[in-house]
Amino acid sequence: MNVVIDIVSAVCLIGGSAFVVIGGIGLIRMPDFFTRLHAAGVCETLGAWLVLLGLLLQAGWSMVSVKLIMIFLMLAITGPTATHALAKSALHGGVKPKHLDDN
Amino acid sequence: MSRALFLIFFLGLVWILLSGHYTPLLLAFGAVSCLIVWFLSHKMDLVDHEGHPLHLQPIKLFMYWSWLCAEVVKSNFDVALRIIKPSLPIRPRVFTVRTTQRTELGQVIYANSITLTPGTVSIDLRGHEIEVHALAEDPANSLLTGDMDRRITAVERPQPEDPKAGQR
Repeated sequence: MNVVIDIVSAVCLIGGSAFVVIGGIGLIRMPDFFTRLHAAGVCETLGAWLVLLGLLLQAGWSMVSVKLIMIFLMLAITGPTATHALAKSALHGGVKPKHLDDN
Repeated sequence: MSRALFLIFFLGLVWILLSGHYTPLLLAFGAVSCLIVWFLSHKMDLVDHEGHPLHLQPIKLFMYWSWLCAEVVKSNFDVALRIIKPSLPIRPRVFTVRTTQRTELGQVIYANSITLTPGTVSIDLRGHEIEVHALAEDPANSLLTGDMDRRITAVERPQPEDPKAGQR
């Protein structure tokens, strides 16, 4: 049983890290500010969630897992709020979204 | 009054969960801290309908969260694939969606859900319209079906009293 939990948690941790790396690659590859926000979104959602899930499986039923769940709730609420604040201030600061419709 | 009790209850819960010590001295410190925080938020007029969303239906909210998690996972794979494909198949676009939520909190949940889903970011909110930046056509279309909007509206209580009238 312990081995199964270890394997699942390892898969979650590696998967989460992979999503964070992909998000980082996207951050570099994307052409403008707004599209980069989408790439960052990959890191802060599934990347962070999978890492937290992997850690949760390692922690088992303890005070640590309660704190990990609190971090998850915190991320789920503050992440999009921060992204929206960035996007809105960029828009009002005069950054125009690039349209690639015409290629 | 129920809001004040709610606030103190949740503050106490967070204190106990975060501290993990159950000696009388530390519990007393916790109680005093909760009362001070409640007193300050009461003075700052923060104990209102927004901080304590009693007008949402908890079970439906949980069902919505599980649906949202599934959506977020799906769109994560979609965006991750777009990032690692060498051709970078993105077609960014900006469009507006109408919101049908009755309360500001409902609108905030909707706008935050849009942002939480990779591939769509809410960039502006005006009245009953949210301006959305989408990475490509597919994420935009799945939002334009209005499915998410309907689900959030269903989370709100069917007969809401005027949110302003609910203040104490």
